[in-house]
Amino acid sequence: MAKFVAKTGNEAMAEAMRQINPDVVAAYPITPATEVVMIFAKYVADGLVNTEYVPVESEHSAMSACVGASAAGGRVMTGTSSQGLVYMYEILPIASALRLPIVMCEVNRAISGPINIHCDHSDTMAARDFGWIQIFSENSQEAYDSLIQAVRIAENHDVLLPTMVTTDGFIISHCLDKIEVLDDKDITAFIGKDRKPNNSLLDLDKPTTLGSIDLQDYYFEHRVQVAEAIKNSKKTIIEVANEFAKKFGRQYGLIEEYKLADADYAIVALGSTCGTAKVVIDELRAKGIKAGLLKIRVYRPFPAEEIAQALSKIKNVAVLDRADGWAGQGGPAYAEIKAALYKSKTPPKMINFVYGLGGREIDKDQLAHVYDCLKNIEQQPDVQYLGVRE
Amino acid sequence: MDNTVEIRWHGRGGQGAKTAALLFGEAALSLGKFIQAFPEYGPERMGAPVASFNRISTEPIRLHCSITNPGIVIVLDQTLMGKVDVTEGLPATGILIVNTTDSPAEVRAKLKLQGLKVFTVDASGISKATIGRDIPNTPLLGALVKASNLLDFASMLKDTEEKLAIKFKSKPEIVKGNIEAIKRAYNEVKGE
Repeated sequence: MAKFVAKTGNEAMAEAMRQINPDVVAAYPITPATEVVMIFAKYVADGLVNTEYVPVESEHSAMSACVGASAAGGRVMTGTSSQGLVYMYEILPIASALRLPIVMCEVNRAISGPINIHCDHSDTMAARDFGWIQIFSENSQEAYDSLIQAVRIAENHDVLLPTMVTTDGFIISHCLDKIEVLDDKDITAFIGKDRKPNNSLLDLDKPTTLGSIDLQDYYFEHRVQVAEAIKNSKKTIIEVANEFAKKFGRQYGLIEEYKLADADYAIVALGSTCGTAKVVIDELRAKGIKAGLLKIRVYRPFPAEEIAQALSKIKNVAVLDRADGWAGQGGPAYAEIKAALYKSKTPPKMINFVYGLGGREIDKDQLAHVYDCLKNIEQQPDVQYLGVRE
Repeated sequence: MDNTVEIRWHGRGGQGAKTAALLFGEAALSLGKFIQAFPEYGPERMGAPVASFNRISTEPIRLHCSITNPGIVIVLDQTLMGKVDVTEGLPATGILIVNTTDSPAEVRAKLKLQGLKVFTVDASGISKATIGRDIPNTPLLGALVKASNLLDFASMLKDTEEKLAIKFKSKPEIVKGNIEAIKRAYNEVKGE
């Protein structure tokens, strides 16, 4: 029987990992993701899972061990955050290029420097071009549900790409919340017990070489294959989400619209801020202001067409970025949404707010202020910082 | 939001302010509520002022911002009063619960409070008598239920007992002491 329990984001992710029961987990602890693998390590020690747990000396080694174990044909998971993810950067695109369906619990935390342990999205945003599927979570329930779906998405033979599911550091990772935990056997049935990897190093009937040098003759073709896989993954992500909804009742998509259809003013955001924004929207609507939200759940593959379609009838839009990107043109989500709307016949007027860096508070008043700014969008700068001291 | 009660716990590192919020959240969840419990994330040092928070609601909680205007404030350590603005953001209709041997009137006079419902209970004294140590957080759960009427006391007590029994399997005396502490604080808390 599925049951309602109190779990933090980290506990919810560790619980999903227990139910997924991966063959190998290689990880190195880092705040605020430490608990995910710490709790899971206890499950290993207590014999609740059959996992081979590889305690490594760094995140670089963690991802390298994951690559090896996944190439051997295992179901492999890891967890990290911020500098840990940054330390993995060298190996992340190798995992995707080798088409290894590794699943990662990632807790979003600001990257150094200055050193900071709190939430923003700069760690995963900087990893967005490495061929990993990226799924953001509004709360613990979404993190739990998405992690289970991630296994299916990553291992689908049209996809075969590593996948990371993220939560907002501390805001979600350390907040006790009410979540529904599904039955162990339902999870096993959903993800499939006897996975048959396509090309595994341990498949002696079909010997394979992985990770060989690949110069002018084939490198290009292999990179295009990853690009195709990323494109294909959209369809798979939706199919898996639909099957999950049919079995367990909670529906997910690439994006989520909240009171968007008839909105005059809309915010686009990712992660936990979307929850707070929904409350603000309800309060504004009670005052007769048609406010709405477009939540981006899947950031890679980037749902450009879906976003363009959803925003096509909105007058004024504010994109909220919890990472700056230092491109000199606003945050990464803003840049990509602008590009997505380039061919739209009815693009909205749009501005960007970079907010919440290093865990800077984002509250209802600030979000209400964003909707206020949208009323006189002509007077607003293209890009502004929300909640920063001048 | 009208269906949500926000609570702030003030304590010192090591006194169990975070655990109190977690325990209260779990108890409220078992009684059918939607809950959040989270600590304030600063440097954690033994003895330094810390805070933790709860949201308790009859509907799903979507807010993920900090709590600045709690309806209830609980002070685990009376030496914080005057040093930390424990009533910051608390509306005139709010509830203040303090672990102290002082009466509510004395707390009101010391903090020059106007409005508010003030409750006091000697949670430290109770925990020393029942658990054998100064751990005021569990008795304050009893005081909180009495002062707030948020949960049915008998059900909350039963749920907490079950949870503690799992946690302290080999030490039944700890469970007994904690339950006694919660009961005593529920009965002894004074309010005005």
